[in-house]
This record gives sequence, C-alpha cells and structure tokens, in this order.
Amino acid sequence: MRAVAVAAFAQTVHTGHDTGLSEPELLLPVLAEVRAKSGLRAFGFTCSGSCDYLAGAPFSFVSALDALGAWPPISESHVEMDAAFALYEAWVRLQHGDVDSALVYGFGKSSLGDLREIMTLQLDPYYLAPLGLDQLSYAGLQAAALGADRAELDAIVRRCRADGRRNPYALDLPDPTEQDDGHAAPITDGAAAVVLVAGDLLREYPRLAYLTGIAHRIEPHYLGMRDLARSPSAADAATAAGVGKGRVDVAELHTQFSHEELILREALGLPPDTLINPSGGPLAANPVMATGLIRVGEAAQRILDGTAGRAVAHATGGPCLQQNLVAVLSEEA
Amino acid sequence: MGNRCAVIGVGQTHYTTKRRDVSMAGLVREAALRALEDAELTFRDIDAVVIGKAPDLFEGVMMPEAYLADALGAAGKPVTRVHTAGSVGGSTALVGASLIQGGVHDRVLVVAYEKQSESNATWALSTHLPFTASLVVGAGGYFAPHIREYVRRSGAPAHIGALVAVKDRRNALKNPYAHLRIPGIDRAMVESTPMLWEPIRYLETCPSSDGACALVLASERAATGRPAWVHGTAMRSEPIFRAGRDTVNPRAGQDCAADVYRQAGITDPRREIDVAEVYVPFSWYEPMWLENLGFADLTEGWKLTESGATALDGDIPWNASGGVLSSNPIGASGLIRFAEAALQVRGLAGEHQVAGARTALGHAYGGGAQFFAMWIVGADKP
Amino acid sequence: MPSDLSARHILEFPGGYTRTTGPVIGRFLTELRDGRIVGVRTADGRTLVPPLEYDPHTGDPVTGEYVQVGPAGTVAEWTWVTAPRAAHPLDRPFAWAMIRLDGADTALVHAVDTGHPKAIRAGLRVWPRWRAERVGQITDIECFVPEVTMIVSPVRTEYTVTPGRALTRFLEGVRDGILLGGRCATCDKVYLPYRISCPECGSPIEEERQVSDTGTVTTFAINNLPDPRAPEVPFVSAYILLDGADTPMIALVGGVPAHEVRQGMRVRAVWVPEAERTLSMTNITWFAPTGEPDAELEA
Ligand SMILES: [Zn+2]
Repeated sequence: MRAVAVAAFAQTVHTGHDTGLSEPELLLPVLAEVRAKSGLRAFGFTCSGSCDYLAGAPFSFVSALDALGAWPPISESHVEMDAAFALYEAWVRLQHGDVDSALVYGFGKSSLGDLREIMTLQLDPYYLAPLGLDQLSYAGLQAAALGADRAELDAIVRRCRADGRRNPYALDLPDPTEQDDGHAAPITDGAAAVVLVAGDLLREYPRLAYLTGIAHRIEPHYLGMRDLARSPSAADAATAAGVGKGRVDVAELHTQFSHEELILREALGLPPDTLINPSGGPLAANPVMATGLIRVGEAAQRILDGTAGRAVAHATGGPCLQQNLVAVLSEEA
Repeated sequence: MGNRCAVIGVGQTHYTTKRRDVSMAGLVREAALRALEDAELTFRDIDAVVIGKAPDLFEGVMMPEAYLADALGAAGKPVTRVHTAGSVGGSTALVGASLIQGGVHDRVLVVAYEKQSESNATWALSTHLPFTASLVVGAGGYFAPHIREYVRRSGAPAHIGALVAVKDRRNALKNPYAHLRIPGIDRAMVESTPMLWEPIRYLETCPSSDGACALVLASERAATGRPAWVHGTAMRSEPIFRAGRDTVNPRAGQDCAADVYRQAGITDPRREIDVAEVYVPFSWYEPMWLENLGFADLTEGWKLTESGATALDGDIPWNASGGVLSSNPIGASGLIRFAEAALQVRGLAGEHQVAGARTALGHAYGGGAQFFAMWIVGADKP
Repeated sequence: MPSDLSARHILEFPGGYTRTTGPVIGRFLTELRDGRIVGVRTADGRTLVPPLEYDPHTGDPVTGEYVQVGPAGTVAEWTWVTAPRAAHPLDRPFAWAMIRLDGADTALVHAVDTGHPKAIRAGLRVWPRWRAERVGQITDIECFVPEVTMIVSPVRTEYTVTPGRALTRFLEGVRDGILLGGRCATCDKVYLPYRISCPECGSPIEEERQVSDTGTVTTFAINNLPDPRAPEVPFVSAYILLDGADTPMIALVGGVPAHEVRQGMRVRAVWVPEAERTLSMTNITWFAPTGEPDAELEA
C-alpha cells in the first residue's frame, strides 16, 4: 500500500457540559490548529464523522462545511460513524495516488440530550429498541458476560482518571467513589481533527506518524447471537492491521466502559508491557463521534513527540463493541 | 483515480409508497440479493459492504448499519455508513468504488435505501432546532426560489417544467421498478395540478418512496460478465452560507463535472455522453443541470429540453429510467442514478435501454444544492 | 451561557414510526401476540430466537421452518438496573438478561423481574409474564419471572439546546431591534446573521457590522401548503438581501398579496412592539414593501 502518515492532530479542551458553542464553533479552532501544524490550507480530500441523533436535527454535518471555509468547493464526504471511520475512508482515498493530503474531523455534543437513551435508537428496531434497553444496560450485560473482577475494573478507572487529570484536553475527574464509580465514559462535548499526508508531502515533515496498517470489521448485531465476552471483529481487524508484527509501546483504546479494556487487550493481543490509554482514554473524555479519532490522534501524537516508536489505536461503533477499527502507527514507514 | 473498477451487478427493489410486506432488513436484502444474483456471486464472495441512506430520522433508527450489517452478510467484514444528504446514494457508490480504486478490496457490495413510509419526509426534513431563523418548508419550499431565479435569468417559458414532468413519467412507464406510473400523462394533466410552492406544481415534484438499490463493484481481476467500467468519479461540496453563492448554477456542480469529465477524457458532454441519469427531484432542475453540467450554454438549457433532445429518442436522453421524478427513496435515489447509468452501458436497461449507449453519466446532489457526486461509466475498459 | 437562551427540543415523529415487519419478524410477533414464542431454523440446523430473516453469520436466508421454543428459559448473563428509565419495561428495579429459551441456540434479550438482585443468577430458570392485552410487540412479554411464579415504536429524544456563540450575539441584537452581521476582513463580505468564521476563507470574523432592516427581495416562493410559522395560505418565503449585507436571509413577506411580490421588490422589517421583543427572530413579523421603486437585479 501507499505510505500514509499523520502529520497533525488537534482536539478541543473537552468539557462535561455545554459551553454555549455550536458544533461548528467547537470545530473552528481545531481546524485552525491542524492547518497551522501541517502548514496546509487546502486538502486533496476531506472526510468527517458526526451523528444527527446526537445533535437532535438532521444534517448535523452540513454547517461544519461553513466552519471549514470549503471554497473553492472541496472533494468531501461524511460518515454517520465515529470520525475514525472517516479517517479510514481518507486513508483509502489516499491510496488512489492522485491526492497527497486529507483532512479528517469529528465532533459531538453529548450534553444536549440523554446519551444513554439516544444509544437505544441504534439497536435492532424490532427486538431491542422497543425494550428501551439503554447504553448502560447493554454494557452491563457485556460486563456480566465477561465476569471481570471488580477490583481490576476499579483499578482501570482509577488509572484512566489519573492520566486524564494530567492530560490538559481531558476532563478533570476525581478518583472514583461508590457514587461515581466511573465505569462508564463521561458525558463530553468536543471535537478533533487529523491531517493525513502521502506522496511527495511525506518529505515536508521532520517527523511523521506512519499508518502502517489499518482495518475494521463488524460482527452480528443482536446481543444474544454473539459471545459478548470476546471481540472477534477487533481481533480480525488487529490481525489485518498487523498489530502483532512488532512491539506496541502505546495503545489508545476506544473503551467506553472499563470492562472493554480487558476484552480489547485480549482481542488485540497486546503485550503486557504496553501502556494503555496514557491520555486517560474515553473514561476521561468521551466526545462521542470524535472519541475514536482522538485515539488515532493521541497514538500519533506519541510518535510525533518521540515518546513512542510504535503505537496502536482502536475505535469502535455499535452496541457492545460490535464494530472495531484498529490502526498501527509507527515512526517508520 | 487508482485501479480500475467495474460494476458487475445491479439490484433494485420495486419502488412504491409503502412496502408493507418487508422489514427494513428485508428491503435492503431484496436489492442486495438481486445485485449478487446479477453478478453470479453470494455474500461469501464480498469483501466489504458500504451502506448509504439519508437522515436517520426517516426511520427513527440511529446509525442503522449496525443493525443491518448481518442482514447484508457483513459479519467479519468492514462496513461503512455514508451520509452526505441527498447526494448520499451517489457518494455511497463512490465510497465503494474508492475501496477498489485504492486497491484495498476486489469485490464490494454497495447498498442504499430509504423506507420513508415509516415516518414522513416533510417532518424529518423540517425538524428545526430552537433558535434557528430558518423559514424553509420542506425541500420544495427550499428549491422553489432558486427555480424562480433560473426562470428569470434564462427567460424560459413557464411550460418547460411540465415538459420534463411528462417526459420522465412517460419513461417511467418503460421501467418495471418505477414508482409513479401515470398512463396518459400529458402537459395539460401536469398543468392542472395545484401549485405547491410556486413555481412548482404537484406533478412537477418527486414522490416519496420506499426502496433500495444495490451494486456489486469489482476490481479488474474480479470483473465478470458484462461490466460497466468506471471512467471517472468525483465529489464536491461547498458551504451553504458563502456570500455571493450562486444557488442556480452552483460552482461545486460545475467543478465536480469538470473533474469527472477530465478523468473520462470528455470535452463535449452533449456529444460524448450517450445517456445521463441526473438527480432531478423538481422538473425545472433538468434545464438548470443541463447548464451546470455543460450540456448547454448558460440560459440555454431549457431550449434543449423543449427541443426533445433529452427525451428517450432524443440525441442526449436524460433520465431514461423515469428519474427521481418517478421514484424517490431519498437515500437510494442517487445510487439508482449511478446504477441506471451502469445498466445502460451494459445494455441491460430493458425497455428503457438507449440503443448503443456506451458512455453514461450518473449524478446526484444534496443539501442546499451544495453536495455533488458523479461518475462516468462506459462499456469499454478505460 | 445565557440562561434565558436554553430551550427544550423534542425530536418525536408524531404517532410513532410505522415499522413494517416483513414475514419473519411478523411471524414471531404474531405468535407472540398469541402467547407463543417461535424461533427459525438456519440452514445448518440452529434455531435463532428471536428469528431473523438471515443467518447472522453468513447472511444466507434462513429456512422457512419455525419451531416453538420456551416459553421457559435459562438466564445466561444479567445486569441489574437500580433506577429504571421511563422507556424500560418495568418501573421498579429489575435485571436485563440474556435468556436461552428451551430449544433455542441463541439468547433473547429481555427484562427479568426478581424484585431483588440477590434473586437473580446465571442458570436461573425463567418464564415469560405475558401482558393481558398483546399487540404484536416484543414488549407483549412484559418481562420474564423466575420459574413457577409466574408495536408501534415511539422514538422520542429530548435535548437542551443553546444557539451557539454567534447566534446568541445575533439574537441579542434582534432583541434590541438591531440586525447584526459580521464582516470578513479577508473577503470584505458582510455575513448575516453574525457568525464567527467566514464560510469562504475560514478566517475568524472579528468585526461586527450592523446592517439595515431594509432590503431587496432577490427571489421567493409562494407557499400553498400551510405552515405553523406563517399566518395564512398562500404565504411568501423570500430571500431578502438587506442593505449592507452580502448574504440573503430567508423570511416571510407580508402586508402585500402573495402574487404582487416581485424579485427586486424593496422591503422593510416589521418589528413587533418593543415591549414584546424577546431573544428570537419572531421579533420580526415579516418584511413589508417600502413602496420604493424596485431594485435592479443582476443579469
Ligand atoms: Zn473570508
């Protein structure tokens, strides 16, 4: 495949409440920052991820084009998925060989509605959604299927929140308590953007985070027709992306619930010494629709700042880790 | 534009106001299984699935690709969900083609659908957040002022819209999948229907349909049967609120056409394209897009329509299938244009086949006429 | 965030979505209405409950063979809900569970009413508690209960929505009878309503610029379908280019018969009395003709 690398990443300082900015207003400084970091004003391809039901209105992505200053008209597409999947689409587009840069962004304000119930609407509309099965409930079923040790899960939450407190972009969350156990990712507003480069542009940057592998897979939807304790789709994606072909210094995982870290660690075959979610991960900041892209961005940032040589990023969609994307980033092409 | 890509299978459902006999999964499977049958393949042969549809509010299922994945045989495979407003069907085909052009996969299943009867399109499209200053009543209310401005600029006579409405519905009578079938339709019938959003009359608007469309796309080494080869693909988007934006002749549409023609080596679309499937949800958009896509000079598009050039027996037939004016499952409407273009160059369009068609344009647009997706397909390998 | 600019926003298709079921789901729900639970056999002989039209692992169609399962089953996994939500099947604490019904090869997701978390465990045998009045919905089973003891699909999401920074600024102006635009210094264009970035070049817009409440109708539609925002039918929705602005706004034109509205017509905002003004565009009832000669339109 053609070499493609992350040249720039930016994210908002995420918040647990509505700061009064609209989605395009949230996005604006992030776009300016990746443009400044990459030195690119226009891009060969642009792709974004957002969700109408999160915004409470159809066509939530349309006004983002105005924030972008998409003029002259741009080659652009949108996925109603986490923006990590938009990044995958951009990576595919860069494989054509005729364009050398791509802008990817995602945004979401979970503060507007009741995220737990909005996620019910993603379920099978005949058998699951009418039950009102909400996000916390189906995650609870998965945690039960895994049967993880409570103390182990508590330790994950404590670690993620502590790391999040050191991350200026994540929420400032206290150590978990009985009332605030922190096993579910917090409600968060935010946005993120990534610039990908290829071809001649690769020579323009002193240091890049090469996307040496990226793949995604889905599995059957209905919760009773798959083994919730395992994630074969994440395992398949990890194999296809080549996770096992080298050491993994850092892994940024899209863990919306603490137990998912254990499932993903096994599915991705991560070595015991791999640093998991040093950013704090989604348990410290979860701007839905951008959270997965931020995993790619955080992993890339570790390569760009020289604190890691090879990193893995993971993003997910659907209930109980139904769909999984795995990317491998490296300082070498 | 990367590796060669071909359409080797096309499947459509019958388009109708209410498909009462199927579930959502049943609807998309109907189109997908027909496309697979056309390609002589099964789900097992497919590497990846791309799903497109318009806003999730239509069916009240958020990101339904999660629920539909296994209905499309996608367990263990990559699934992508595209949403680019009205152009989404076209964009879905382009995202699918991109996977092959980028050398990532050999066989991709592309499916787009809408089951509008689960709710109501005007409700879903007119759901405004508090604090917006918008005063738009459905898609017709949005596009009517731009049509009025086109009529003013071009000096087109008032009956041009009715001519398109009649032509496309007559074509629909030759398409077994078409939704609106109005035997004996003529200009007088169209002109006797009420103005909904003046200057748009009832029979100059598209219907609201349930339906799905699917394509099987293949790389050169996986191409079988009678392929339609992809000669060019392009998408363009522009901001809706830009000062001085030309809503009658949007720059994004012009640029998108220029890009796709350049890839296909087309310099004179009127002469070099044999048949075009163009997204015309309101009849007046035929003359407007004739100009925007370079088939006619500025302000001259309506003359091409009036001369009969765009009729099935004209020199550049537009919407031989009956077009969006005859069938409109919104999320699928763009993909149907792309699919019909492919059927024409494969010589498989049946009664609405344009004799000898070797090069065809598929076109879709959406949002405030700001999102465009196009491809050129041909009978010959590029 | 200005507290007076926060609104409840409800997204709800009136009456609920009308979901057609197709034959397989339809069969299941019909049996359910009659108090029976059926599964469907796959080509490789497994029984899917609830039945799908396809084998979820291969996408192949299932066989047409339905088999009655349950009604009793065994709890596999469960999770306890201490605070039920309005949409949940029970209004008291309960468990969500994956239930392997007797004769099924897959697990059904449903609620289990045991009263207390200590009363549920993996391996617990449960039976459905049927609703007396069944309509053909998955909720015809109210829940499952421990052994022996016992669809129109409304979609409603509720949000608290704020207008964003730029629109808030604009609406504050409208409250004070002022139409506030923003000028992009790079493009020298005035955007209305005020926004914080330029759609053309992406630059931040820093300069606020008040524009006139008079302008020119560039184009319009005569709407013959009623709309709650318009006083009568027909009504005119027009693109109005206000003097001093470079982008048109869409607004009602009133005070003139619909068929007398022209492209190029000069109009002025008709404001509601000052005492009635709020942070809303409804402060402008509509735009009415000024009586000036029509403006020249671009060719
Ligand atoms: Zn500007």
